[in-house]
Amino acid sequence: MLYRLRVTITALAVGGCSGPLSTLDTAGPAAASIATLWWAMLAGAAVLTFLVMTLLALAFVRRPWRRAGGTSLWIGWLGVAMPTTILIALLGFALTLGERIIARPVPGVVTVEATGHQWYWDFRQPGANGAIETRDVLHIPAGRPVDVRIFSADVIHSFWVPRLAGKMDAIPGHLNVLRIEADWPGEFEGRSAEFSGAGYAGHRFRVIAHDEADWAAFQLGGRP
Amino acid sequence: MNALNRHRALTTIWGSPQGWRGTATSVNHSDIGRRFIVAAFAFFAIGGVLAMLMRAQLATPGSAFVGPEIYNQLFTMHGSIMMFLFAIPMFEGLALYLLPKMLGSRDMAFPRLSAYGWWCYLFGGTILIVSLALGVAPDSGWFMYTPLSSKAYTPGINADVWLLGITFVEISAVAAAIEITVSILKVRAPGMRLDRMPLLAWYLLVTALMMIAAFPPLILASMLLEVERAFGWPFFDPDRGGSPLLWQHLFWLFGHPEVYIIFLPAAGVVSTVLPVMARTRILGYGWIVAALLALAFLSFGLWVHHMFTTGIPHMALGFFSAASALVAVPTALQIFAWLGTLWNGRPELKLPMLYLLGFFLIFVLGGLTGVMLAMVPFDWQAHDTYFVVAHLHYVLIGGFVFPMLAGAYYWLPHFTGRARVPKLGEAAFWLIFVGFNVTFFLMHLTGLLGMPRRIYTYPEEMGWTWLNLLSSVGSFAMAFGFALFAIDVALQIFMSRRSRRNPWGGSTLEWAMPIPASAYNFASQPHIEDRDPLATDPELGLRLARGEGYLAEARHGRRETMAVDITTGAVDHVVVLPGNTRLPIITAAVTGSFFLCLLFGFYWLALVPVAGVIALGWRWAWTLGWQEDLGRVSIRPGETALTHRETAGAPGWWGSVFLLVSDATLLGSLLFGYAFLWVVASNWPPPELIGGGIFIGLVAALSALAGTALTRRATSASKAGSTASASRAASAAMGAQAVVIAALMSVGITELPVPGSHAYAAICWTLLLYAAVHALIALLCAAFIRARVVSGHVSGTRTLEASVAQLFGDYAGAATLIVLLCVLAPAVLS
Repeated sequence: MLYRLRVTITALAVGGCSGPLSTLDTAGPAAASIATLWWAMLAGAAVLTFLVMTLLALAFVRRPWRRAGGTSLWIGWLGVAMPTTILIALLGFALTLGERIIARPVPGVVTVEATGHQWYWDFRQPGANGAIETRDVLHIPAGRPVDVRIFSADVIHSFWVPRLAGKMDAIPGHLNVLRIEADWPGEFEGRSAEFSGAGYAGHRFRVIAHDEADWAAFQLGGRP
Repeated sequence: MNALNRHRALTTIWGSPQGWRGTATSVNHSDIGRRFIVAAFAFFAIGGVLAMLMRAQLATPGSAFVGPEIYNQLFTMHGSIMMFLFAIPMFEGLALYLLPKMLGSRDMAFPRLSAYGWWCYLFGGTILIVSLALGVAPDSGWFMYTPLSSKAYTPGINADVWLLGITFVEISAVAAAIEITVSILKVRAPGMRLDRMPLLAWYLLVTALMMIAAFPPLILASMLLEVERAFGWPFFDPDRGGSPLLWQHLFWLFGHPEVYIIFLPAAGVVSTVLPVMARTRILGYGWIVAALLALAFLSFGLWVHHMFTTGIPHMALGFFSAASALVAVPTALQIFAWLGTLWNGRPELKLPMLYLLGFFLIFVLGGLTGVMLAMVPFDWQAHDTYFVVAHLHYVLIGGFVFPMLAGAYYWLPHFTGRARVPKLGEAAFWLIFVGFNVTFFLMHLTGLLGMPRRIYTYPEEMGWTWLNLLSSVGSFAMAFGFALFAIDVALQIFMSRRSRRNPWGGSTLEWAMPIPASAYNFASQPHIEDRDPLATDPELGLRLARGEGYLAEARHGRRETMAVDITTGAVDHVVVLPGNTRLPIITAAVTGSFFLCLLFGFYWLALVPVAGVIALGWRWAWTLGWQEDLGRVSIRPGETALTHRETAGAPGWWGSVFLLVSDATLLGSLLFGYAFLWVVASNWPPPELIGGGIFIGLVAALSALAGTALTRRATSASKAGSTASASRAASAAMGAQAVVIAALMSVGITELPVPGSHAYAAICWTLLLYAAVHALIALLCAAFIRARVVSGHVSGTRTLEASVAQLFGDYAGAATLIVLLCVLAPAVLS
């Protein structure tokens, strides 16, 4: 069921929702789960809007039946019981989904450090011959979970690669960790998502996800 | 006395002088309310022009129309103006104008305070607009996140303009909140029980109570950041024990209730206008009131949903996510109560109803996207994108502007006495409605395609180009709609034919008077028997004009209105209100010069306006009152009541209570900051910085207790009529408060490090200064009581001022003890 939903979503994504920073054109498990949540909520919202608008329109229609209903129908059932039920279900769904996304210890996690500056990103990760440092380009292996340890050197920034996962703030004096993963090798656009002053519009970076061979070469110091 | 003579006599008492003198001195609620509304609309137009400039810039990728320096000022000022200079003042204006009329009263509880709030708003707003014209407007976003807004990253005056200008404007918001609360609770027509109040009064009461609790965190945060910028006290600097997240907590502790503070008055307008348009009564009055209380309570528990991406643990976020989602339930309750009302009635598609239909569609969509954003994982993607821009405009324009436009067309005949020009209002509606949806509906998709907020330009290859172009086109259509609305209103004021009384057939009291309203509202005040007085008695207005109600007699040049028991609405006393005076404008100007001194860095010079405000405050209180008893005065043939200075629970006393509640919220926010840093920052407080000070602290605590006890002694002696001992006790209380101030300062000087060295020292110093300021206020109150006892204004029967002084004395004592406990806790614990 969930699989079929995902296939549908991918089909939709191809037709109009694609883009280098699109949250709907997903390429990683976290982004894909969130996109599923979005499409489900969109469907629910459409039904509810239709319901309210129909009730609103019918109020203006001269009805042969004069039974309009009292407080128990309008307020008890429609105003309280219905939204409470829907919201509790939605909250439970979103909370379990969030629990799956957050960074938990799993085997094979790659850890990288990202430091936001006005207006560039420095990345640092262990390589075969000592730490590898890059600027505005983050190299990760495809198909493996990556924990990004996020710092800031000056003001607040936010690390965001929309096609892979949600965003996480870089706050001076705090360390935050974000789990990202790319389903396949390729280049993914990232950018800062917290206003940081005059150079904010251009505060972008790229994530390059490597296949196994390229990743091994990168760790040896190669620049594939 | 016939109706015309009564009208002349009352107009002499309640009216304002013509020309500039009237402009400067009027304290009448209708005058002040109208000014708030007109000024708020002018600021709305300015904010709208800024939005147009932004849409012009974003219409095409890589546009060179404005650079980032200008663009950052544009969006910062757009948000700040719309929030602080448009939405809040607009509802304040509506409340000031309408409340006394709907409550069957002649004015608000504190007319001079309304006028003071108005001038503070006008002067503060002017500072912000002038900075915009000079190109030094705030540019760190309306949320002013630190450290971007701190001295290191915003060295110019821009951030100071925001912090000081907005705080100056906030004075008017807190003043209005206290005034609205007390007016609703006390100054109503006799017989109007709480459950007979019009629903709008309930909405405004809840809103005002929320403001009393929500604005202090923002005012505190602004003061702390300004002190950090000016003197280097590191509250938000992580290198010196502070935290940038403290700013976010304090800001959103205000910022989220703020959204409901804006929405609720507009929802109150819906609940008032919609039943009239449907020719029926509202469904579920009690349920709606319960929903409001639930909303107010919940809205203080969900500020963290603006901080889902700051790294707070996921399970903790779950709590705030649930609260954010559940706040949709009382909102849904209202939506369905309105729908049920329409079903029960026979709705007519008149112009206000058209705007209400626009409200329904837009607000429901905004509410649903709000629930989506309350889901933590979705927010991780949508946060700070155009999806949020779309959501917040759906909620604020849908939930505030559309109901206000409905309200504008509904009440304009009341303001102008004229009927509207046909057709123009409908055309404006369609332009605004279609333009709005073209602009903002597309932004949901723009955001999901990854466009972040607050970028001044974007490259072509992102795929946002056509969406942005269409949004810009829509926004200009919407702007034409608002221009058409303004023209329509102008035509109605200057050209249109006269309207009949109560043109919509409303059942609330504001229609029980000739329109436009007289300065005194009601020639005599009604006795209220039910919720829809005009439906029960359509001739009520005529009977009141004939003098068949309370206080029909215009006497002694006094502005008199009835005060009632809070719950039962039984006659309590007669309030004698102050007349026109220049004090509000002068006090506001002096207050403004204080903020200007700070803005330009003349810190020592700022002490002059502080002294000025104290002197004016003294005069403010001194010019009221009498040296002899008025006794019981006639209110209706065969009925008498005391005047407010000779009874307990006068509006002035309640106003002081709510002022102190607001003040206590400020202290609470400060203590929250202290606890937050203690818990969050590592090695806090640093052991090497902790001093002693137990002994001198004990001296301060004992003096504070003595000060409180002596103030109580002075007030009880004055109530017992013993002038000499009251005056002696008041002098002693002044001495005790002086000792408190000296002891508090010496705790700081001898035991605390320099405030610039560490956030621990800075926040302890702030606490000490808070207590010292309140000791000073208590000292001044004691001095005032002493002078008033001697002059004969305070006596055994005229006890109002003594009870107010006692409130301030008690609060200063409690505040000093709490502050000492917190400041000395590390020394005691280590």
